Order: sequence, then structure tokens, then C-alpha cells
Amino acid sequence: MSSNVNLGLTNVGPETHPLTWRYSQAGKAVLDLKTYESMEGYAALKKAVQMAPADVQKVVKDSNLRGRGGAGFPTGVKWSLIPMGPNAGPKYLVCNADEMEPGTFKDRMLMEELPHQLVEAMIVAGYAIQATRAYIFLRGEYTVAAERLNHAIHEAEAAGYVGNNILGSGWSMDLHVHTGAGRYICGEETALINSLEGRRANPRAKPPFPQIAGLWGKPTIVNNVESLNNIPAILVRGAEWFKGLSQGKSTDAGTKLYGISGKAKTTGLWELPIGTTCRELLYTHGGGMRDGLELMAWLPGGASTDFLMPEHLDLAMDYDTIMKAGSRMGTGLIAVVDNKQNMVSVVRNLEQFFARESCGWCTPCRDGLPWIVKVLQAIEDGKGQSGDIEFLQQMTRNLAPGKTFCAHAPGAVEPLQSAIKYFRPAFEQGIAPVASPQITGK
Amino acid sequence: MSTVNPTPSKLIVTDRGQPYEMVAEDRDAILHAIAHYDDSRAASIDALKIVQRRHGWVPDGAISVIGKLLNIPGSDVEGVATFYNRIYRQPVGRHVIAVCDSISCFLMGSDQIYGQLQTKLSIKPGQTTKDGRFTLLPICCLGACDRGPVLMVNDNTHFNISVESLDQLLEQYK
Repeated sequence: MSSNVNLGLTNVGPETHPLTWRYSQAGKAVLDLKTYESMEGYAALKKAVQMAPADVQKVVKDSNLRGRGGAGFPTGVKWSLIPMGPNAGPKYLVCNADEMEPGTFKDRMLMEELPHQLVEAMIVAGYAIQATRAYIFLRGEYTVAAERLNHAIHEAEAAGYVGNNILGSGWSMDLHVHTGAGRYICGEETALINSLEGRRANPRAKPPFPQIAGLWGKPTIVNNVESLNNIPAILVRGAEWFKGLSQGKSTDAGTKLYGISGKAKTTGLWELPIGTTCRELLYTHGGGMRDGLELMAWLPGGASTDFLMPEHLDLAMDYDTIMKAGSRMGTGLIAVVDNKQNMVSVVRNLEQFFARESCGWCTPCRDGLPWIVKVLQAIEDGKGQSGDIEFLQQMTRNLAPGKTFCAHAPGAVEPLQSAIKYFRPAFEQGIAPVASPQITGK
Repeated sequence: MSTVNPTPSKLIVTDRGQPYEMVAEDRDAILHAIAHYDDSRAASIDALKIVQRRHGWVPDGAISVIGKLLNIPGSDVEGVATFYNRIYRQPVGRHVIAVCDSISCFLMGSDQIYGQLQTKLSIKPGQTTKDGRFTLLPICCLGACDRGPVLMVNDNTHFNISVESLDQLLEQYK
């Protein structure tokens, strides 16, 4: 059973929907090389190997593609930081396919339904940075994606698209699917590199950044699945075309795979111009909330983003606009919280997730998150004590950026701080009344 | 943090000190995995999975054998084995049920599914049924939030789970 993809959209084509048009036009997954080739497949690679690697980098830089894993760092800028030239030595390209951000299900669709698109993107990106080896770091639970990607890689190898002397360019790169064994923290760029090296997935201190010293200490580029999936189309149609895809809805470029989970009428994925409003996403495409339910709050892009409210529905879903509203676009797949939910329970669930998934390296995160869960549980049970809300607010500062090595703890407190901001009465309700002092005899 | 907080239903099983005979097929598979990397250590997760595929879990004795194959200390292999929640260092049931308890499934009522499973199987999270058929664990977001609640049994993901559909689902796993 597949996700709803582009449900209700008409005229889905290569000019407007670079990520999903092949799936929508075929009406099913495009798994074999022949079908993929008949739909412009590997045209970008054939074009790229005729260009200088630096020129491929430039096209991507000019396109203003920003990382779709959640951080929004410009992909082309990231590439330009890697050492080039004949003496650069071994270099690695790693695709972050460890999709585990709660509420996010876009990379699964891209890899399961269009595996060749990612394989081609990896080869083009590998050529641009002149990588010697490339890995797809895939979460172990995505067994269907693993099978389909491996099949696609075998077909690509047989066709000479990957392996030795790719398309006669003199450049060689092999591509391997590495499957993980769980743990959310593996999605953090440097933790992912440790995990790929066969170590515990603790993040690393930055700098040095992976572009200089990453996998096995060598220059490494880590890109998200959706970011990479944009690359072939950018090569074929150009940077200016890509910028135009947002149709003036945003200063950002391209389309975005948006999605809805929670109790909306229709859940699923839609490829829309970046900067589309949440109102359009939820009400035009998702049909609004289920009958009898109202929207209470929404997470714009995963568990580690601040809650937004119904009053924010008309904001453009892009990096800067959502940031200005006090949250982050994150992965761009919204989770809608309906008015029948208990906000304290929702936040307790979120913090339980972060507490369990902390890697344990930094004390504020390892010890602070379980403490937060304990206090939230007490409030949920109506046994909170006076001062608990202020304590939770203090904890959001103790776990703020700069207090720990990676973004796990700061991400964990984003939904907490915004929930207290918007739903303080719900928390106050869980504070047990102070018993009046008993006057007793001796 | 530990990945799950199991309430042990019995003493932790150990075969520490027992020699572990790795079958040739597994050894070959591990050596093949090493070839994919520039450093043999990188194959440690692959190796643990290969052993787990054979036994359902990773016995103590296998840890040092893997260490020798990868040319790293057994303690490093153990460090990896205990970090990742999909590697089991205790015996598990014939089928492992992993229930997504992340936010999107929670909003769709995963708590009821999780509770109902505990009642039906008479076990708590982290435990195995007396007949050795099922082990129940929580798991983080399975990336199918539009089709929640979601759970996995072994390597199979099941979507749109309801309390009513649980019996039929469990019947598929004998």
C-alpha cells in the first residue's frame, strides 16, 4: 500500500514537478532502467560528464537549491567547500536516507517509487565533487527501498552509469547501500558518519566540518534524499528554470515535497511550489480536518520544530518565513493536532521520543530530557507542582543551542517551548492545588 | 540513554565463556561486507545483522568472533551492538513486533494499539510471550505517518492498524 501522492493535482509533468512527475505519469513505481530511461532517465548524467565538475557545481549553486533534510543549507555552497584537484585524495558522497524525523515520510516514497532517480542523482553529485565512493545510508527498517535501490544500482552498473570509467569520462565511483540498525540520532550528519564507520552514533564536534574531514577523516559531502532528487532536473533544465518553479511564492527555489499526517481528511504527499501556504496544503489538498474536528496546532516539519497555530496558516512554507514566525520549516511535512487532543499528552509523547533517542553524549540532553518527561507526566496526571511550568521553561534554556554538541536537545525543546507559549492554561490545569496548611494540635 | 527500557521477564540469558562456532556461510558474508568499505570496522553493523539473522539475536560468544574478523576489540563490537535498537543482545521471540509510538501515530491512537497488544499477549514492552512467539517493542517513527498507526512485525510494515484488525494481523505470524 502506497502513500497518496499528488492527489488531485493535474498536469503533473517534468516542467513543473521534477521530483514526482515520473511516478505520477507512470501511475506506479518506476523500477526498471528501461522505463526510467524512456522518461529522460540518465539524461542529466550524460550531460554532466560532458561538463567540468566545477561547472556542475556552479549550476547547482546558481539554482539556489537548499538542503531538504531540514536545515536548509544551500547544497551548491556545501559542495563548493570540498577540496578539488588531482591531489585531493579519496572523497566520499553520502546520501542521508536515515529518514526518522517523526511525521516525515517523503524520502521513503522517493526511494521506493523512483529508485533510479536517486541513483542518477548520486552519480551526478559524485561527479561534481569527484567522489571516489558513494554510500546511501538507509535506515534498516526501509527494506523495500533497500531492495529497489540495490536493483537499480545493479542495472546502472551493467549499463556503465556507475563503477569504473563512467561513460568513458575516466572518472570512477562505486555506489553502495549501507543499511542501519535503528536510532534517530543517525540522521545527524556527523553521527551518521560515525555510524557508517561502524561506531556508536555519537555526533562529532564541529569544526572540522565533514566537507574537510568526514568519513574516515576524508572530505565528505552528506546530502538528503530529497535534495539529491532535485539534481538531475537542475542539470537538464538549468538553474533559472529551477528558480522559477517557486512561482514567486518564495525567494527559495524549486518545488517541495509537502505532506500531511494526523486527522486531516486526506493525508499524503504533494509536490508543490516551495512557499505554498499551509492553508492551501491542508484545506485545498488535504480537504481540511476530519468532520467534527478543528485544527488546534500544527508542527510544520517534524517533531523538532516549534508548534504553529491556525493563525499561521497563511504563511509561506519556506525556510525564512517559518523561521520568522518562530519555528522551522524542517522537513515540510506537517502534523496536524486536532482539538480533541490533550496538548500536554502530545508534548509528553514528543519529549519521550527525544529522551529515548538521545545518544547520551552530552549531560544536559541525556539527563535533562528524562527529567522533562517526568515533570510532563506529572502534569498530565494532574499531579504537577507549582513551579513546574517555570522549571520546564528553564529547561528549554538549559537545552538551548550551544549547550550540547548537536541539534538533538535544541530540537527537542522547540515543541515544548512553543506549547507552553500557546497553551499555558492546559499546563496550568495539571498543577495540583496546594493544600491549605493544616492546623493541628501538638 | 538505553534504547528501550525492558522489564526483564526472566534472568538475562548469557552464554559468556562458551565458544562460538560461526558457520562458514556467515563468515563469508561478513568478509564480503568488509569489501564495501575502506576500513573493516565499518562492517560491524552488517556483521551483527548477519549473526542475528541466523539466531534471532546476537549471542555473547559471537561478539569476540566478529571482533577478530574485523580486527577490532570485542568491546567495540559490544559497544555497537548495545547502541542500536534493532540489534538484540537477548533472545527474542520468533516474531518481533515494533509499534511506532512517535507523534503522528500517537495522534492516530497508537497508545490504544500498544495497550491492546500488551493485554492480548500478556506481556509488557521489552518482554517475550511465554510460548516464545512474540516480543513487543516500541520503535521510533517508521516513515509512513500518512497511514498510521503503523507497526512492524519482523521486516514487514503494516499500515492503518486498528484495535479490531490486530487478531487478524497476529494470525499471520505463527
